[in-house]
Amino acid sequence: MTLDQIKPGKGGIIVAVNGEGALRRRLLDMGLTPKTKVVVKKTAPMGDPIELSLRGYMLSIRKDDAAKIEIEVIADDSGVVGIGR
Amino acid sequence: MTQALLALAGNQNSGKTTLFNVLTGSNQHVGNFPGVTVEKKVGQLKDLKEVSLVDLPGIYSLSPYTSEEVVTRDFILQEHPNLIINIVDATNIERNLYLTLQLMELQVPMVIALNMMDEVVQSGNSIDTERLSKQLGVPIVPISAARKQGINELIRTIKKMLKHPVAVLKPDFCSGEVHRAIHAIAHIIEDHAKQCDYPLRFAATKLVEGDSVMQQKLSLHDDDIHIIEDIVKSMEHALNVDREAALADMRYCYIESICKDSVCKVQETYGQQRSEKIDRWLTHKYLGIPIFILIMLFIFYITFSVIGGALQEWLEMGIEAFTEQFSILLNNIGISNWLHELLINGVCNGVGSVLSFLPIIVILFFFLSLLEDSGYMARVAFVMDRSLRRIGLSGRSFVPMLIGFGCSVPAIMAARTLSSERDRKMTILLTPFMSCSAKLPIYGMITAAFFPDHAALILISVYLLGILVAILSGLLLKQTVFQGDCVPFVMELPAYRIPAAKSVLLHMWEKAKDFLHRAFTIIFIASILIWFLQSFDWQLNYISDSSASILASLGSALARVFAPLGFNDWRAATALLSGVTAKESVVSTLSVLTQGNDAALAQMLPQIFTPLSAYAFLAFTVLYMPCIAAFAATKRELGSWRDALLTVGYQTVAAYVVALLIFQIGSLFL
Repeated sequence: MTLDQIKPGKGGIIVAVNGEGALRRRLLDMGLTPKTKVVVKKTAPMGDPIELSLRGYMLSIRKDDAAKIEIEVIADDSGVVGIGR
Repeated sequence: MTQALLALAGNQNSGKTTLFNVLTGSNQHVGNFPGVTVEKKVGQLKDLKEVSLVDLPGIYSLSPYTSEEVVTRDFILQEHPNLIINIVDATNIERNLYLTLQLMELQVPMVIALNMMDEVVQSGNSIDTERLSKQLGVPIVPISAARKQGINELIRTIKKMLKHPVAVLKPDFCSGEVHRAIHAIAHIIEDHAKQCDYPLRFAATKLVEGDSVMQQKLSLHDDDIHIIEDIVKSMEHALNVDREAALADMRYCYIESICKDSVCKVQETYGQQRSEKIDRWLTHKYLGIPIFILIMLFIFYITFSVIGGALQEWLEMGIEAFTEQFSILLNNIGISNWLHELLINGVCNGVGSVLSFLPIIVILFFFLSLLEDSGYMARVAFVMDRSLRRIGLSGRSFVPMLIGFGCSVPAIMAARTLSSERDRKMTILLTPFMSCSAKLPIYGMITAAFFPDHAALILISVYLLGILVAILSGLLLKQTVFQGDCVPFVMELPAYRIPAAKSVLLHMWEKAKDFLHRAFTIIFIASILIWFLQSFDWQLNYISDSSASILASLGSALARVFAPLGFNDWRAATALLSGVTAKESVVSTLSVLTQGNDAALAQMLPQIFTPLSAYAFLAFTVLYMPCIAAFAATKRELGSWRDALLTVGYQTVAAYVVALLIFQIGSLFL
């Protein structure tokens, strides 16, 4: 499953970050690295971009880019993301 | 203490500007880094005047992909600051430390200012700064820049570090395969790094990451490049991830391991909880956009009608009164007629009419800094992003463009807050297509004369035409000039904060100063030039009849150029020329050149235009180069005459082509 398919309020663990170049590096730099827990908080009014919660902060990315992030869905989707994995 | 240079580095939204203002007071100089439109602020420390502090752009990493990041690393590598002050947002420590680890590799003495510690503590969380400092090998001072807590301690530490510089006690935060690769490569490139005066560890890490900029700068032999490639490939193979992911993962793993020991987070901070509640409304699925529109309408109303309008009137009255008194004074001294005219009509009126924009600019920037510093601007980008994506921009450009409907000058100046250089340039180019309020009198004049029954329709169509051309230009530019290097939209939504009064005031003052500086340099000279062209003929005789002036003869020559657009008339061409000083002058010039008052003008207009050519004239006015004040702002923000001239050149060509199409295609049907 990829991150753009996750419904708001649900989350998962990052398996891989695909794509290339500046975008991919930026995603990695912002902490979207494999094994990180990420929760989709909401979708923007026009349906795109989406708001994520990870590593204790909020990040916004576009759906096209979220489609490059592979996710393993987890049962616990309380929406709380703490420090650590 | 002798001269010293400090660099302030940190993430966006970490409170960097607030700390910079606290440390330097109002003692700042704003410019650009050479060759790029990246802002560079320099100031002197309040109680250590011989120590300069440079505010580096807010960045998240030292990757080679954005000009902000490249500027930061070039500055540290080439200017050799004595000390880096790394500001770290304690409420968001994991991601902030990611940049810290990269800065540490630069091997410059460093101190960490751990900002917003008050918020961490208030929320029942804690950070063991002593322990964290030991783990990182960097002194850490907990501060709150907004509340000015811990600032004395920070300055004490800075003084101590300047007196006894301690290089970063580099902990080996790499491990396993990455560790092996970095050290193997460090061994190979040691001599090259020394020659270029680059920190070895930084250079080696960047090569592992596949940083092309670093590869070029080190000027390695082909053999070495092959060996390095082999080392990195075997690392990738062993870890089963590619190089960039391996390094990012390594850094975050290290951060997680030290945070586990030093950071205790029981809950999100109150600020973060509050932000989530506020965002339930401000980024609401249905209410998000209406709220944004209401906020902007409120800002426009206050700026252009209530305060700005009134202040502008007073200022105009003041300038008029001054001009009158000045004129009497000049008469009493008994200077020659032309000099009197130059000072009064050229300088006072020219600069005066531009100066009257000052209140609007200051007030607009008051609101803009509130939007920016509170964190709402990021939400605007989030909410509006989709609308601008097609043309290759992000939601961040929405606000500058919106302001363009009021006045292009602050709109162009507002583009500075955009976080990528490419977006800044493109926004500056497209913003003047948003029809500014100074063009309204022109629309009023034309619609009254030619389309009295469809005034509203014509007005709307003119505004839409501007937007349409901006969209088409965006698409065109995306495919040509701004190809490829699209900066990804990966944007932090920072917690909402109450803006610091000092930051807001400094921002307003800085913009006002900027504008005044331009008013008395480039606009001053342009006013004199235009006055000269209007008041003299080619034999340099001073004339009273402006239809015999150089400007009018230029207008006559230009009229032929406008013939394909349907208005082969020297008065129309001259009016467009004078519109470059300020768009309102199009109307006043036409009125002067048709010898008289508004009634005469209304009668003369049908002799100059047909309804179709009048519409082509309108289209040209919406799109062609903005006024001289906006041009000066463009030049200032782009930092280059060439780019500024290309920009207004493009706008004028676009205006010509569109007006031509309208007239020629229209002629087929009408």
